[in-house]
Amino acid sequence: MSTHTTDPYATSPLDEEMAEGAHVFNVEGGDWDDLVDEATSLHEERIVVNMGPQHPSTHGVLRLILELDGETVTEARAGIGYLHTGIEKNMEFRTWTQGVTFCTRMDYLTPMFQEAAFCLGIEKLLGVTDDIPERASVIRVLMMEMTRISSHLVGVGTGGMEMGATTVMTIGFRERERLMRIIEMVTGLRMNNAYIRPGGVVVDLPPGTIDAIREMIPQIRQGIKELEDLLNENPIVKGRMVGVGVLDLAGCMALGMTGPVLRSTGLPHDLRKSAPYCGYETYDFDVITRTSADAYGRLRVRFDEMYESLRIIAQCADRLQDNPGPVMVADKKIGWPAQLALGPDGYGNSLDHIREIMGDSMEALIHHFKLVTEGFRVPPGQAYQAVESAKGELGCHVVSQGGTRPYRAHFRDPSFNNLQAVAAMCEGGQVADVIVAVASLDPVMGGVDR
Amino acid sequence: MSDSQPPKTPKPPESSQRAEGTAGTGLTATDIGALDRARAGEAGEPVTVGVRSGMWGPSLGGDTSGYGGLEKPILFPGAAARPYGEYFDEVADELERALVGGSASFDEAIEKVVVDRGELTLHVRREHLLAVARALRDDPALRFEFCAGVSGVHYLDMPGEELHAVYHLVSITHGSRRVRVEVSCPDADPHIPSIVSVYPSNDWHERETWDMFGIIFDGHPSLTRILMPDDWPGHPQRKDYPLGGIPVEYKGATVPAPDERRSYN
Repeated sequence: MSTHTTDPYATSPLDEEMAEGAHVFNVEGGDWDDLVDEATSLHEERIVVNMGPQHPSTHGVLRLILELDGETVTEARAGIGYLHTGIEKNMEFRTWTQGVTFCTRMDYLTPMFQEAAFCLGIEKLLGVTDDIPERASVIRVLMMEMTRISSHLVGVGTGGMEMGATTVMTIGFRERERLMRIIEMVTGLRMNNAYIRPGGVVVDLPPGTIDAIREMIPQIRQGIKELEDLLNENPIVKGRMVGVGVLDLAGCMALGMTGPVLRSTGLPHDLRKSAPYCGYETYDFDVITRTSADAYGRLRVRFDEMYESLRIIAQCADRLQDNPGPVMVADKKIGWPAQLALGPDGYGNSLDHIREIMGDSMEALIHHFKLVTEGFRVPPGQAYQAVESAKGELGCHVVSQGGTRPYRAHFRDPSFNNLQAVAAMCEGGQVADVIVAVASLDPVMGGVDR
Repeated sequence: MSDSQPPKTPKPPESSQRAEGTAGTGLTATDIGALDRARAGEAGEPVTVGVRSGMWGPSLGGDTSGYGGLEKPILFPGAAARPYGEYFDEVADELERALVGGSASFDEAIEKVVVDRGELTLHVRREHLLAVARALRDDPALRFEFCAGVSGVHYLDMPGEELHAVYHLVSITHGSRRVRVEVSCPDADPHIPSIVSVYPSNDWHERETWDMFGIIFDGHPSLTRILMPDDWPGHPQRKDYPLGGIPVEYKGATVPAPDERRSYN
């Protein structure tokens, strides 16, 4: 710990006069009390603390600017943009199908939701929403619900770690691993899957998936139960979370909050029920609400939502068992031409398909080449599709000018919106409560900054 | 896929203007008069938002080489005529009623109503945006209490209305009804009133749209950059934003910027 009057890493203040004579402390580990002593010896009345952007408890590269009076936060602001990678702009230079591989990287804990929102938007533009095969929709629901559980497990786990409870994190990640195994088995990748494609999904489930899912469900249920036993009535957890980060219904509506944060106020708003997509209206599940509107309520909402997701996954498994159907739209002008198959080195074009395009049919080869390199054209217009991601309303606004690429693809990421509530949740509380409040929003900076 | 027709004609939504919208018009690239009329947005006429040129298929003539300078107008769905279908008529009627006695009537405030692909879009004149937003939020029959943010779109080839701000409103009270509000402004005067006073959640969304498109939201509490660094020049998601090529040189040639490479479009 040291005091610098000239800080080589400091950004230049916009108002040099105001910054004149300000003391800058850089904290790189060490004892907080030393800093407090050092600061109090200067008789400063207010301290502005920059938490992050590289801080283990800020969920990535979130920067929190806190003005403190002792341990009390008098003002809190969130600074974002450190992970901005221009995904939306990049998508304008790729085909509609390739766009999936970009948007999946936004919120890297909920890749399936971005893929689904984008693909449903494209399908709305193409007018093929009703032609998506039943099996493809069921697989989409299955993958989205597994992603929801894995996202909630990371949200709960890292939230626990930030409070100092390492076991919560290890259990959370251990259970997530079970889901990751199935997701990897199906898509070939743990994250950034690019599995949901315009028109359906890229490849059918490999043999044995349904058995693996059925085997996983009780294990995951057991794991969540273990976490619940550890946390729900834990006096330390309750002491840290009850009444912390409170945002009531009026606040949530004003700030456009969705997802577990909104449902923790008691409003049962869930797009899967109120504006169903992918056939969610045919599944049997409940929308979980709590009324405490605090960090503890959100934790409990997440736990209960995981059980509901497991219910949906079980129903998906039953439906997939009975429905062998195709997983890609029948229209050959849209559907990906290659039939993928699992080879010794992972997924690739099936040998039958290669034999056909290389040996039998010149037209099939041309078709494959054109569709893969050029892509399909989407009629001009715009569409907005919202899905209920693990964090709230994930919206995708797609604009087409009739070409093979999006003219504009905008994602309304729930975390981006929800981070606006940091000030409302943290001001007037303690510094330590900031961590809990931010963790209860479960923001992922990849999605916030895009 | 060399055919310039869309792979599949979208099914007309129950309500829709769409089938006659795109299929019925005999517009060709050379018919400039028709383009102007289309831009005026007469009922049912599709709106031309630009002209696409590039590699085209045989539907526009015998030239399939792509080097013949083939061009095609980009037609967005035009204004819809009553009945709009679904809950759209009710929303329009209630909005008309809610705006009575206010600063502007429905016809003054709403440039046109578009129904496309099962979605309702209200094109609002920018000077009346606040009044419309307030009516949409506050009127008990409308109650669009949730704004899912604003998304900018830059239409390079629409003189006088290059920049569009597109708002997505949801009414949770009325079972997740959705309406899209679209506002445009010229590039030379990129001002649109901020609706943060009506929808506080739009704060960051408007900052993002300013950051990426340079639309100035008048009345925003602190319109600063949010994703790009504070001292960044330009607005990256505009279509005229210069993209850097990769300075890899091979025998005197460099790799051009992504928007200048030869590509399908």
